[in-house]
Amino acid sequence: MTEIRNYTMNFGPQHPAAHGVLRLVMEMDGEVVERIDPHIGLLHRATEKLAESKPYNHSIGYMDRLDYVSMMCNEHAYVLAIEKLLDVTPPLRAQYIRVMFSEITRIRNHLLWIAAHGLDIGAMAVFLYAFREREDLCDVYEATSGARLHAAYFRPGGVYRDLPNQMPQYAASRVHTETETREKNINREGSVLDFIESFVERFPCCVDEYENLLTDNRIWKQRTVDIGVVSPDRAMQLGFTGPMLRGSGVEWDLRRKQPYEVYPELDFDIPVGVTGDCYDRYLVRVEEMRQSNRVIRQCIDWLRQNPGPVMIDDHKLAPPQRGDMKEGMESLIHHFKLFTEGYSTPRGQVYQAVEAPKGEFGIYIVSDGANKPYRLKIRAPGFAHLASLDEMARGHMLADVVAIIGSQDIVFGEVDR
Amino acid sequence: MTTPSPADSANTEGGQHPEGGYLSGLAARFEATQVSGYGEQTLVVDRTEAYSLLRALRDDPNTRYEQLIDLCGVDYGDDAGLSDARPERFAVVYHLLSISRNRRLRVVAYLPDDNPLIASVVTIWACANWFEREAFDLFGILFEGHPDLRRLLTDYGFIGHPMRKDFPLSGHVEMRFDEEKGRVVYEPVSIDPRVTVPRVIRHESLE
Repeated sequence: MTEIRNYTMNFGPQHPAAHGVLRLVMEMDGEVVERIDPHIGLLHRATEKLAESKPYNHSIGYMDRLDYVSMMCNEHAYVLAIEKLLDVTPPLRAQYIRVMFSEITRIRNHLLWIAAHGLDIGAMAVFLYAFREREDLCDVYEATSGARLHAAYFRPGGVYRDLPNQMPQYAASRVHTETETREKNINREGSVLDFIESFVERFPCCVDEYENLLTDNRIWKQRTVDIGVVSPDRAMQLGFTGPMLRGSGVEWDLRRKQPYEVYPELDFDIPVGVTGDCYDRYLVRVEEMRQSNRVIRQCIDWLRQNPGPVMIDDHKLAPPQRGDMKEGMESLIHHFKLFTEGYSTPRGQVYQAVEAPKGEFGIYIVSDGANKPYRLKIRAPGFAHLASLDEMARGHMLADVVAIIGSQDIVFGEVDR
Repeated sequence: MTTPSPADSANTEGGQHPEGGYLSGLAARFEATQVSGYGEQTLVVDRTEAYSLLRALRDDPNTRYEQLIDLCGVDYGDDAGLSDARPERFAVVYHLLSISRNRRLRVVAYLPDDNPLIASVVTIWACANWFEREAFDLFGILFEGHPDLRRLLTDYGFIGHPMRKDFPLSGHVEMRFDEEKGRVVYEPVSIDPRVTVPRVIRHESLE
């Protein structure tokens, strides 16, 4: 009798379906996975250690680079944690802007997820559709914060600046004719808020298009239904949060259960899965895009009617106006102290979590009263999700591992930190 | 463990934590100290009792913390300001979440420098596996009973525990590809450490 041995196989670190730099050492019995040992840390940049050596505001930019497809949600958790330490509340308009951008970010994240997940398991076209809409949201980011990805827009005490009154427009060039650009600029005539509104108007139809391509697609269902099933109890044991937990049928959303900012004022539903397989998680995320769209619409209405300050009026935290600085000594000193030293927080420790697109993103700060955190711990949702890959993929085929990684929505910036 | 700041008392009043009774009961059973601050509850427990306390927190029908949201290490090594309240160098911090009761709780256990050892909680919450590996990797905290305590985030063959306060920000070694040897070589770092913004403790914020 011939001896049958298991294979040990390497997957990654350079593999397009690994969503970044993931190395899997897999023990295979033929094409069936017996055991997976994920090796992570290839994108470890010591964000937590760096934050210990920098004033609080300097680390906002690092937050963007954690989960680099849902930038503003990471910033959101960080600034909320600092605000909790300092015991300050930003102006209401700033809170609405933050919530609106958190939801825009959620849509952006889910668009990239649906694109990459589709691509991984053989649905090429969704990628093109999803990136078409994502492009517009990049433009919104750029118009408001100056950067298409790493915005650094949220600040403790508010946001960096108010929404601009003008949306940047395309200009004709050698490759783009006058008529072409005129067509592209139709919804860019007004303010940024107008542009977001025009996006919100047409986005539900776009989601319908993705659903047409996938939801009842035979191949899509064959690849996702009953793959990577997680029971509700097991999901809680494994530390799942966000769509992963809701996909397993646990109704848990921090925006509703432990609300922060203005979420209690807003009306939205929380989708929940039934079986806890990849298909349910897909459905949950698609519905979340529609719900986020609803939230953005409500924020737009409020923001239109309520102009006002977007930054707290406290020059220990926020820089003074440029004009005041030229006139008054006090403003000049405030400006100088803020940019050379930053601000000190009281002693203590806080944990602040937000419902990021991938799950609970938490910031734990230990402060010793200095202008830098004594210890900053980032609780990334993807970390717990990836840790469960071994359990979820056991007994599945190799190709299903890719479907499971895709449905976990892994991004290595936050897993490795 | 830290001195409660003025913001604390305001946040914890008004019966915001109706579980206070159960918690203090559990705290008394496991000789833990209950602290609150910024509207958050913390239990400080001796490391020998940590495992039984955490198990009770999950299984007791009055607390039911089904989820371990986060587990991390803290190194209080280089800080004189915190030393009065804290007896040991290291701490393991558990952040728990009860989904059925919508409550959060933090549990802190201190570990000495010479033997940073604590019982693993993998048997209570499966997700502790990687969190404990991370704390071992970055702080050198040992978890007794962990099934597979290997390094997680740092490079293969890495020496030292980088999140400890005595580990320099730029590390000890850097690597480059050596053309002559035809492989990657490790060398002592050539970066001079510099501080762009000095650490400042303002006394008014200490109150």
